[in-house]
Amino acid sequence: MARKILLVNDHIEGLANIDVYRRNGGYAAVEKALKTMTPDAVTEEVKKSGLRGRGGAGFPAGMKWSFLAKPPGVPRYLVCNADESEPGTFKDRYLMERNPHSLIEGMIVSSFALGARTSYIYIRGEYYYVLQILEKAIAEAYEVGLLGKNIMGTDFSLDLYVQPGGGAYICGEETGLIESLEGKRGNPRIKPPFPAVVGVWGCPTVVNNVETIAAVPHIVNMTGDEYAKIGIGRSTGTKLISASGHINKPGVYEIELGLPVEEFIYSDAYCGGISEGRSLKAVVAGGSSVPVLPAELILKTAAGEPRLMSYESLSDGGFATGTMLGSGGFIVYSETACMVRNLWNFSRFYHHESCGQCSPCREGTGWMEKILHNIESGHGKVTDLDLLVDICKKIEGNTICPLGDAAAWPVASHIRHFREEFEYHINNPEKVKDPRHCEKQPFVRKAQSNPA
Amino acid sequence: MAEQKEIKFSEESLKVALSLMRRYPVGKQKSAMLPLLHLAQAEFDGWLSVPVMNYVASLLEIKPVEVYEVASFYSMFNLKPVGKCLLEVCHTSPCWLNGADELVQHLQKKLNIKVGETTADGMFSLKTVECLGSCGTAPMLQCGSKYYEKLTHDKMDELLDQFKQKGERPTYLDPLQ
Repeated sequence: MARKILLVNDHIEGLANIDVYRRNGGYAAVEKALKTMTPDAVTEEVKKSGLRGRGGAGFPAGMKWSFLAKPPGVPRYLVCNADESEPGTFKDRYLMERNPHSLIEGMIVSSFALGARTSYIYIRGEYYYVLQILEKAIAEAYEVGLLGKNIMGTDFSLDLYVQPGGGAYICGEETGLIESLEGKRGNPRIKPPFPAVVGVWGCPTVVNNVETIAAVPHIVNMTGDEYAKIGIGRSTGTKLISASGHINKPGVYEIELGLPVEEFIYSDAYCGGISEGRSLKAVVAGGSSVPVLPAELILKTAAGEPRLMSYESLSDGGFATGTMLGSGGFIVYSETACMVRNLWNFSRFYHHESCGQCSPCREGTGWMEKILHNIESGHGKVTDLDLLVDICKKIEGNTICPLGDAAAWPVASHIRHFREEFEYHINNPEKVKDPRHCEKQPFVRKAQSNPA
Repeated sequence: MAEQKEIKFSEESLKVALSLMRRYPVGKQKSAMLPLLHLAQAEFDGWLSVPVMNYVASLLEIKPVEVYEVASFYSMFNLKPVGKCLLEVCHTSPCWLNGADELVQHLQKKLNIKVGETTADGMFSLKTVECLGSCGTAPMLQCGSKYYEKLTHDKMDELLDQFKQKGERPTYLDPLQ
């Protein structure tokens, strides 16, 4: 039986309304935390739960909270990262649209734990209609005294505001987000100092993803120890997966971490198999930034073990034969997908979204896009592939923020696993002129021999 | 010289703008930049002219260049006039896998413009954008605050007719239905 936590009430009509939300157990965690627990006790439960950041990095949330500096007389801030922009990811939107109060409840409990008196939800500008849903829910919460002064008659007060972005992927990076919240270009900051010490307006700040914050009330309600029993190993709890691409049932699914990838792709409870009865070619498991894996490596690890939907299992084998859980943006490619065109598409994205601060990323992403466009349109050279790998190496680790890595990893992994397809493009320029050539004549890979 | 209309928010928008600025600590009103730019773009014909940006700078009590550098950084702000309906078609991988390129081609043919152009009657502008977080309901486009998802070419044609009949400029600030 699939375990549901975040979406347990997803079937209930009108859940975005505060009365419906409360009738179904909503805001119980606010009452429990504010009336019976200390802020440190809440943090302790989150630590015990093993909850890891759901935005992509997977860093333990409780530990991140414990890094927050608490100099006397200086305000502290909690900022929710709702900038969801990683291609293939749409889970936060789903959660906020259908259950906005679960995020607000999480913001109240988390702000209490961190000692924040004003908190912000930074939402990507394109989700303006979701912002309106949140504003409405926040107004409802103010009306019944769940936000504002002396929440539920306690001495804890909190103001909560939503701020829209302006359309920039880079603002999902926490220091880019902070810059943007301050009304500037979203150029990421050099770390250290980390936001936990110097964040928004120079004050200590915690930035957490929507899904992370929405999990906190459930942890408070069931206790951290109980939450830690769900999932597998250090991948505790459940995760929202955004499934898209060539599958029969695209959508957002909540899975208990540890679910076999094969079950996720083929079971009718989840993706429902590959569309049009075709066969699986590749998967990008955690948003466009994580390495792509060919069918045989996403279903089984290099050691032949079944691959599971967990932080550890997906990264088994390192980047040579593994990938990452990332944001849970699960993009599925059937045999008809051209991996060269896909990579060109990804590279165009990163070139478009590079903030331009660091030369390796600003220039490198542009070069990669151009070279890949040449290959895809039948103007590639044999030396291009080594050149691409070389550019990747020069970007990776040489930039202020991880966008550089995020741009390099797909390139390196597409070439690592689909080199023959790239070579085919370079050697058969006439055959690849039609952008849909792979649909008409799927490129059949030879068996994986020796992954570089 | 043509007579220049004074750039000023309506009374209602000004009230909204001032309340948005109060969401931040005293002296940090610059933080209201992005919300104010959205407000301004919605009010002033869907784009940010230099006088409009100067007006926002005066409200925030900052230098105009601080507004220009922000407006030019974010993809949602138009620094040139756009048609009444700005059709923003997502073309990132998951949408591409589900026919975004064909949708763009269809729109180009139907509207007789290329990506980045506006129809002669000023009704439609066509733009391709990167991932809008609608990958499970691809292909899709955004117009104003709304997402139009799982688009077929027939559905697209109907939508264009609806937009034309309405003849209004949808904005990011349009209230929910």
